[in-house]
Amino acid sequence: MENLDLPQVASTPSGAMIRTLGLVATICGLLIVSAYQGTLEAVAENKRIALERAVFKVIPKAASVKTFVAGSGGIQPEGTTQPEGAVKFYAAYDATGALQGIAAEGAAKGYADTVRVLYAYDPAKQAITGLGVVSMRETPGIGDKIYTDAAFLKNFEALDVRLNADMKYLAHAIKVVKHGTKQSPWEIDAIAGATVTSKAVGKGIQESAARLLPLLVPEQGKLTTAVEP
Amino acid sequence: MNVPLHPPRSSLEELLEGIWKQNPVFVMVLGMCPTLAVSVSAMNAFSMGIATTFVLVASCLLVSLMRHLVPKEVRIATYIVIIATFVTVVDYLIQAISLAVYEALGAFIQLIVVNCIILGRAEAHASKNPPLPAVLNALGMGAGFTLGLFALGAVREVLGAGKLFGFALFGADFQPWVVMVLPPGGFIVLGSWLLLFNWLEAHRHTGNEGTRHA
Repeated sequence: MENLDLPQVASTPSGAMIRTLGLVATICGLLIVSAYQGTLEAVAENKRIALERAVFKVIPKAASVKTFVAGSGGIQPEGTTQPEGAVKFYAAYDATGALQGIAAEGAAKGYADTVRVLYAYDPAKQAITGLGVVSMRETPGIGDKIYTDAAFLKNFEALDVRLNADMKYLAHAIKVVKHGTKQSPWEIDAIAGATVTSKAVGKGIQESAARLLPLLVPEQGKLTTAVEP
Repeated sequence: MNVPLHPPRSSLEELLEGIWKQNPVFVMVLGMCPTLAVSVSAMNAFSMGIATTFVLVASCLLVSLMRHLVPKEVRIATYIVIIATFVTVVDYLIQAISLAVYEALGAFIQLIVVNCIILGRAEAHASKNPPLPAVLNALGMGAGFTLGLFALGAVREVLGAGKLFGFALFGADFQPWVVMVLPPGGFIVLGSWLLLFNWLEAHRHTGNEGTRHA
């Protein structure tokens, strides 16, 4: 400390500061880009496996999955350009290439956070035939019964989602009813004590199905034929 | 110039500082946000600890290597850019290793950027020391943080779910203490560990005095 008495004025030139920040930014930029490029393939592969696992759970007969989008212009494979307002869905095929079902995601606010579910839609039955949970942070022991409660999961063996005559709306909106009061095939019998989470599941499916099915059903013939091996 | 205030410490002392004497969780009580939020299971806690350790060690190494280059006027900006870079790297790495872990940790991976242990080590240690002690100190701090998180995660998983690393420990009769995997459980377990550590510390002091008077 030589100049203790003298006030230190701008000992660092501005150029040095800018040079340092520029150097750091360059090094960091290189690191981030290499990490991104280096992991790209593994991450894509992981995402594909995770998606397949989720879809196979709700459509057990499936052997392969393809991602499509349904929009005002019809159904097309998911690509880089997505038409406005298009809805993403997954078509599941068995080993011979026959369509086994459609899976799509629904999401709604639950008790703690958004509950994201994947449901299977069977075009032949015009019904929802399976339910899987993508992510949720509901109360352990209460809200997370949507994974395990057999009576609740029974709702999704044949949940009626047929469209009305002009194929614009669901003939009957999906409704979550109080535990033990289910009467119609489009109603979901809530889990006693976990009504909020049950309602989130119902709302997520209802909103997703009401958007997807009017776009999908008139075009679904394309899915059974447009299969590459 | 640059006369160190304390005598130089051995490599072992650098490494052990963060694990025991200055444990970030139990002694310094730093980085509580990820500590409480992701310590619901041993696996989550362990993954979070490893991710934080990686960012800590890599950032401290780079900060230490650049310590003569970085003017003090722009040091905070430099450190934050470096830390954010390694957090982004670890973010991609975790996605490549396991999407399940990535989703379980959620936003807390990105939030490592603002973990005060890392900026604290960069500013207080790495920027003033050569690479080897800086890395050893960061490694010790990271190990201490991982240990702290694991101590919370293991207790919470055992009591709250009756499992450890996903394996059931007790028979079907075990009724999980659900509160332990909820936020209050985090505070209860952290409080209990702090109590234990403070009691040990107090005990050690009184023990020393006892021998001194003897």
